[in-house]
Amino acid sequence: MPDFGYFLSQLFNGIKLGSVYAMVAIGYSMVYGILRLINFAHGDIMTVGVYTILVLFTTYGMPLWLTIIISVALSIIVGLTAERVAYRPLRSSGEETTLISSLAVSILIQNIIVMVFSPQRVAFHLPDYLSKLHTFGTVRLSTMNIITFVAVFVILIALSYMIKNTRVGMAMRACSDNMNAARLMGINVTTIIVIAFAIGSALAALSGLMLAGEYKTIDPLMGFVPGLKAFCAAVLGGIGSLGGAVLGGFILGIIEMLFAGLMPTEITPYRDAFVFLVLILVLLIKPNGILGSNEGGRS
Amino acid sequence: MLKIENLCVKYDSIRVVHNVSLDINDGEIVAMIGANGAGKSTILKTISGLLKAESGKITMDSEDITRVDSHVIVQRGIIQVPEGRQIFTKMTIEENLKLGAFLQKDKEKVERNFERVLTLFPILKERLKQTAGTLSGGEQQMLAIGRALMGAPRLLLLDEPSMGLSPLMTQNVFDVLRQLKKDGITMLLVEQNAYDALEISDRTYILETGVVKITGWSRELIEDPGIKKAYLGGEYDA
Amino acid sequence: MKLKDSNIFRLILFVLIPLAVIIYAGLDSGGYYAGLINLVGINIILVASLNLVNGFSGMFSMGHAAFMAIGAYTSATLTLNAAQKATYMPGLPEWLMNLVLPFPLALLAGGIFAAIVAILIGFPVLRFKGHYLSVATIGLIVIVRAVLDNEDQLTNGARGVTGLPPYASTWIIFTIVILVLYLLHRLINSAYGRGLIAMRDDYVAAQTLGVNLTTKKLSAFCISAFIAGVGGGLWGHMQSVISGKFFYIDYSFKIVQTSIIGGMSSLSGSVVGSILMTYIPEFLAPLENGLRIFGTRLPELYGISNIILSSFLIVLIIFRRQGIMGYSEIITESIFSLKTYKSVFDKSEYRIFMESLKGSIKSIGSIPTRISVWISNKKRKKKGE
Repeated sequence: MPDFGYFLSQLFNGIKLGSVYAMVAIGYSMVYGILRLINFAHGDIMTVGVYTILVLFTTYGMPLWLTIIISVALSIIVGLTAERVAYRPLRSSGEETTLISSLAVSILIQNIIVMVFSPQRVAFHLPDYLSKLHTFGTVRLSTMNIITFVAVFVILIALSYMIKNTRVGMAMRACSDNMNAARLMGINVTTIIVIAFAIGSALAALSGLMLAGEYKTIDPLMGFVPGLKAFCAAVLGGIGSLGGAVLGGFILGIIEMLFAGLMPTEITPYRDAFVFLVLILVLLIKPNGILGSNEGGRS
Repeated sequence: MLKIENLCVKYDSIRVVHNVSLDINDGEIVAMIGANGAGKSTILKTISGLLKAESGKITMDSEDITRVDSHVIVQRGIIQVPEGRQIFTKMTIEENLKLGAFLQKDKEKVERNFERVLTLFPILKERLKQTAGTLSGGEQQMLAIGRALMGAPRLLLLDEPSMGLSPLMTQNVFDVLRQLKKDGITMLLVEQNAYDALEISDRTYILETGVVKITGWSRELIEDPGIKKAYLGGEYDA
Repeated sequence: MKLKDSNIFRLILFVLIPLAVIIYAGLDSGGYYAGLINLVGINIILVASLNLVNGFSGMFSMGHAAFMAIGAYTSATLTLNAAQKATYMPGLPEWLMNLVLPFPLALLAGGIFAAIVAILIGFPVLRFKGHYLSVATIGLIVIVRAVLDNEDQLTNGARGVTGLPPYASTWIIFTIVILVLYLLHRLINSAYGRGLIAMRDDYVAAQTLGVNLTTKKLSAFCISAFIAGVGGGLWGHMQSVISGKFFYIDYSFKIVQTSIIGGMSSLSGSVVGSILMTYIPEFLAPLENGLRIFGTRLPELYGISNIILSSFLIVLIIFRRQGIMGYSEIITESIFSLKTYKSVFDKSEYRIFMESLKGSIKSIGSIPTRISVWISNKKRKKKGE
């Protein structure tokens, strides 16, 4: 029976992972809430952000703060291009077509990165002041971990405030509720969608930095599975709800890490599978996620 | 005020509106009646920019608004109460109304309009914090109209306001419209309920399969035996 | 009469030419072209079965490769001899160790096991709304791969199983292709198939037909999984090596891509799509490895064929969602209808063929004109928007 200290450290590993999922899930939830679009390419935008940092920071030695800004900007550009080229023309078509399109965009981005860089993993190191470890008993957290965790909540609070209290936020809620009616209110729906995509892309890029710093390697496909899990997290917490996305992100991260840490070693490689299983189970009980409303989620 | 010339609209590659022309003058209520599928709602949606015209011209105060985006149409003061209400079901009544005033800059004017709307629709006043999705059909219609009024419309488009409502609720809605008429609001009213539409409007266009069949003064049309037979149930006097 | 309506034309293009190609591949066993043609055949099987679910039933599954994997591993368990199984699958129960079945039975077992898994998974998951169903099917692939990679005693883990006997000859593959296409063709044109299409087109209305829709969905899902399992078995016995990584998200998505490009709602689309999607990557392969043009060596462009294919997919889905074949079933109709074959004996058919052929050749001359007319029509449409 593993001791409490081990349990605690796994719990915190889960929180670390959960912060990443939460941050990506917020972006997912925002876009899905308005457009009903599962953006498979979301995870790959994370990869774009990370590779930008790799090139600018690691290879060219640009100061980190500048690199992050450029990386976020580039991710936003990629995200908005995808919206303009691959999603906007399909807005009036069914959900299925946008799903296919987003998968195609995902593969496109992955392979562009493969082509420009290489399919191999590359080492990635955060500067020391970020990767410095702080020990609390059995729990070890880097500065980056702490920053990310705090950032998730700051972003959550900021975005929630924006959604509730600003004009843009109200417009977003209106679009999410009934897009045609929103148009009739004089809301420029296209602008709202662009804003949502931009925010989502920026968050994806930031979370990529955290993920890369944690695992110390990056490769062109690194974003896809975390992106998928982040979507699961958003669904778990209740798609369309920002708080739900964060909640789902942490729950998923913690469950995944506890599973990995506490299950006998024969089963630990099943952690990815376990994540999906949990998702399916939750959806069966609460079709709209934990914090979701109880209106039709079943076909 | 509003002038439509030779409008043609396609819906999924089928043309549903053929060369329709109509105009609306300040302070008028103009009605468009006709059977289902006549193209009435399509015309309204095209005016509001939800559908794109295939050909033809729509002008508002001599400004060409045919190809303009929907949010700009609202800026020009053309506000639609859409078919089926289309209220924001997940938001409160108050939020719905506030959204109607999305483009309004003058805060005091918005407050005044808000009070005005609540006076017109006392039911809404009682339920300001209630979620709009819990309202009944008639109440939702009131909310939809109130929401449109919050935008200080110069031209109010109403798409089948009586649809799905009981006769009593329909009368309530038309009472409100009569009140609005007194306040001088210009309206284009699409209705399947021919009698009420003819009664309340100044002029009427009767549409059939996408063309304007008849047009004229409503008080004349309402007496016309041919019209009575075709649209008002024959010899029965209401 | 248009050329494509002529029975003789259909006979030549859709029966005789493919037959010739298949016979060539069969005789060239082990050769490069034979390998490609075999792959086309297997892809047809996989894509056609996916179309049943994605194109005709209104669901959108992305987990097809999982059923392939199940079929592949199951059939392998029944075709390897005891010595091989002792090496790769030591954890098998005694009776299974010594059980070797003839290939057709092994394939069937693979299909059946895949169908069983489909029922188990489908039962809870098929109720989900569109998107969630698709994500759940991706989850299925992840779960299946996790099992394959980790149950070393049964599957040899991530190392995979090698040495599958090369039973999947061209003849067997294409016999199964014909069988599968025929089965699906009859299924779709039956009352059952029409029920599926009704379900796809208007779920609410279909419920009023008095059929339990969940059962219908489940049955389509299972049939599709069964066929995919058989396809997986064929694949395994063609490649001789199977491993979890071959049946993962990328391959699954390739199948989906092929399905969409050929036409999701068309069985004939699976044929067209498979031919294209098997040959185009082959064709583009030199680019990936650094092509030599006029003496200069281009840099290695890894991933270029994926980039081109996914871009093509995006363009296709925007401008022609129904894929290349749309809803046309010209290929399956030609192969499976008697009149195509009867036309050999009918003199008037030859005349029709020659005339429509002449007509088509004449209209080739007008292609430039027709293209410019089409372009100016599109321009007029754009202006009118």
